[in-house]
Amino acid sequence: MNIVIDLPTVFAFVIAFAVFLYIVMDGFDLGLGMLFPFFPEKKDRDVMMNSVAPVWDGNETWLVLGGGALYAAFPLAYAILMPAIYTPIIAMLIGLVFRGIAFEFRWRSRRERNQWDVSFAAGSLIAALAQGIALGAILQGVTVTGRAYGGGWWDWLTPFSILTGLSVVAGYMLLGVTWLIMKTNGDLRERAYMLAWPLLVATLVAILAVSLATPFLDAEYARRWFAWPNIVLTAPVPVAVAGITFLLLRSIAKRQDYYPFPLTLVLFATSFGGLGVSIFPYIVPRSVTIWDAASPHDSLLFMIVGVAILVPIILAYTAWNYWVFRGKIDADSGYH
Amino acid sequence: MFEGFDAVVLARIQFAFTMSFHIVFPAFSIGLASYLAVLEALWLWTGREVFINLFNYWLKIFAIAFGMGVVSGIVMSYQFGTNWAVFSDKTGPVLGPLMAYEVLTAFFLEAGFLGVMLFGLKRVGPKLHFLATMMVATGTLISAFWILSANSWMQTPAGYAMNAAGQFIAADWFKLIFNPSFPYRLVHMVLAAYLTTAFVVGAVGAWHLLSDNAREGSRVMFSMAMWMAALVAPIQIFAGDQHGLNTLEYQPAKVMAMEGHFKSHPNGAPLILFGFPSMKDAEVKYSIEIPKASSLILKHDLNAPLAGLDTVPRENWPPVPIVFWSFRVMVGIGFAMLGIGALSLLMRWRGKLYDSPLLHRLAVLMGPAGFVAVLAGWITTETGRQPFTVYGLMRTAESASPLAAPAVATSLIAFIIVYFIVFTAGVIYMLRLMAEPPHHGEEGPRGDVPTHAGGIAPGIGMAASSGKG
Ligand code: HDD
Ligand code: HEM
Ligand code: HEM
Repeated sequence: MNIVIDLPTVFAFVIAFAVFLYIVMDGFDLGLGMLFPFFPEKKDRDVMMNSVAPVWDGNETWLVLGGGALYAAFPLAYAILMPAIYTPIIAMLIGLVFRGIAFEFRWRSRRERNQWDVSFAAGSLIAALAQGIALGAILQGVTVTGRAYGGGWWDWLTPFSILTGLSVVAGYMLLGVTWLIMKTNGDLRERAYMLAWPLLVATLVAILAVSLATPFLDAEYARRWFAWPNIVLTAPVPVAVAGITFLLLRSIAKRQDYYPFPLTLVLFATSFGGLGVSIFPYIVPRSVTIWDAASPHDSLLFMIVGVAILVPIILAYTAWNYWVFRGKIDADSGYH
Repeated sequence: MFEGFDAVVLARIQFAFTMSFHIVFPAFSIGLASYLAVLEALWLWTGREVFINLFNYWLKIFAIAFGMGVVSGIVMSYQFGTNWAVFSDKTGPVLGPLMAYEVLTAFFLEAGFLGVMLFGLKRVGPKLHFLATMMVATGTLISAFWILSANSWMQTPAGYAMNAAGQFIAADWFKLIFNPSFPYRLVHMVLAAYLTTAFVVGAVGAWHLLSDNAREGSRVMFSMAMWMAALVAPIQIFAGDQHGLNTLEYQPAKVMAMEGHFKSHPNGAPLILFGFPSMKDAEVKYSIEIPKASSLILKHDLNAPLAGLDTVPRENWPPVPIVFWSFRVMVGIGFAMLGIGALSLLMRWRGKLYDSPLLHRLAVLMGPAGFVAVLAGWITTETGRQPFTVYGLMRTAESASPLAAPAVATSLIAFIIVYFIVFTAGVIYMLRLMAEPPHHGEEGPRGDVPTHAGGIAPGIGMAASSGKG
């Protein structure tokens, strides 16, 4: 065979895939955490927590893969980006600490349960917000000098990064609420349906705002979206979003429990694809491409073997794990 | 709180602090995961109820330790980029793949089967559940494999070349992964995790035996732990000795610091038992020494010459007092563990294993010893590697991120506060669980996780839950 496979491109897709799986999987866990304030009763919170307890660790591992693969495949980008988004990353890590320990701690003390519920909700919020801000900070571009980050430690904070931060919060909450619709019954599900409306609207507004703001960050982004022939590829994106919105609205109105969550996933995938159009092939937007940052061929080759063999296996047992804990969690029958 | 420190020193403090918190939990969860697998196997094999009770008892504690290991580990995986950006850029092509393999082969395995291990016994039945437990235990060991390979490469780099951008690149993956100190470090660390866990389990067993020595659960766990202590402590001492010989070959300056040898000894070096090393005066003050014993241990010859730090340029000296003391703490605990193991054999032989309050009190006292030894060991290893991050090739001072000191100081303070709140609570919860003796019909981590969904309730699962014995 004479096809030359460009490994940096392959790895860009591998990382994008890991990040996407992370966003949607931990997205619904984090969203669920942020929904806690809307469900003050212990009984409901127990159900919510139990619906993700068996899977959250696996969901979060995609974040470790995203970070680890970035370090391995694009060390230069990792070295530039991490100091650039230092504060949001530290905030995210601390948020994830508070969120992660709550899974065990809240069952271990009746007296302190409330406190761990707060830790769960606040940790989820901090992590989601920080991830959104980090995304915005990367999209708007970072200062690079030589092989290092050259800016200050507050550069990440701009109106645009706040906007992306809030957008991610809204999107994750929509994922969380549609997950609840799928996994619960009765009163809890009914309240999730009520919350789905405003959250869908918020998410759509956020998508619209970010889409409108991005082209103005830089002429390059605008050119990619609106110039011929790219427009042929990008024009269907808004159409697709409109179509998905219609289906989502309908499934919510008709109380079709199993539709809103997958549809929200599709909505996320579309937006994520849009981001890809804006960024590719840069990995540090506008200064470092994936080829500048890539590890030597040999390192990538060594890893691609593992990725090709192991990722399908991982997906298989992850699916098994979800399958074991499938179905609605019945608040009335499964509990003592 | 940290005015006047530069960003590199702060980043080092931050790394050492977060790492020291992290390693405590893996050390326990590696050992405990294997112990749980053994308990479940014994239950499946003998059908005795005591084993499933112990399994469920320790599973609750495992869930907490594991959770804290996960959250503190995620912090670690991002610290390379945030605080050690230059290091990340230069070592990414060699260490990155090892960590990527760790995620792919270990973390996913642990996380993917953890849910079933914790909550799934009634859903999947005992056989598949045992498989899940085995997978989690295997995952922790695979994780140790890769991360220790990465760490060992930083200690004894091999199989690499440099590229034009000044990055380390792989020349030979096999040599890189199985670098000279790796086999020793892997064995020593895994044994350390097993010993640490054995002493925790032993202390809990002993504590409950002290108040009532008739309980079956307490007896079984105490006996199992004491077998581990008796068998593994001597192996660990041997492994540590071999590890030291390897270090002498590849990182002689570290061994000089461990031994407190500032001066070279052309005919037989003394073993300094205690003393106060002074970097400034290049000598160990008030030392208590055994003549020629160090040459005996390190060279197996009383009169063998041993070089001292006077042969190493001063700017390459590790911080001697830290290395010297932490090494003695670890070795001291190693021998104390050996002592407990031996005493337990004696009591067992006399048929007094379950009614020897002296042994039980000592075992309770030694409960946390493994953690102290693990930390002391890592401090010896890591501080002894200084002033390099990649030994002999890349200095710590040139590894750090271009960050302003206030940024690092702020995040350091945040980590200190958060870790103390969160981990104190976790340790208290674990101790509370341990304070209750394991009892008949012990439940898993959560009694209230749904046992059937969509009308599927496997019959085997129900049988399993009630125990066979
Ligand atoms: C000898 C063992 C050992 C050592 C030296 C380390 N770890 Fe660790 N780590 C484990 C053994 C372990 C483990 C046993 O596999 C853990 C503990 C609890 C757990 O969930 O897995 C873990 C968890 C864990 C996780 C969470 C995995 C998950 O999401 O399930 C991450 C990201 C790291 N570690 C990263 C690191 C880094 C970057 C280290 C070095 C700087 C490090 N660990 C040292
Ligand atoms: C698991 C147990 C570990 C512990 C307890 C530990 C502890 C420490 C300590 C105390 C230091 C500071 C030394 C000093 O500055 O004097 C240090 C430094 C360092 N360690 Fe580790 N370490 C561990 C594992 C690892 C691993 C597995 C890696 C990498 C794969 C690693 C990478 C580093 C790096 C890059 C430094 C340099 C920064 C510094 O000097 O602080 N460590 N570690
Ligand atoms: C008397 C017995 C022991 C001896 C002679 C010994 C020897 C050593 C040596 C020489 C090192 C440093 C290796 C290097 O950095 O190059 C080391 C590290 C270490 N030791 Fe020990 N050790 C002993 C007991 C223990 C015990 C009882 C534990 C824990 C339960 C332990 C845990 C560790 C750990 C975690 C490390 C750091 C990781 C590593 O480098 O392997 N050691 N030990």
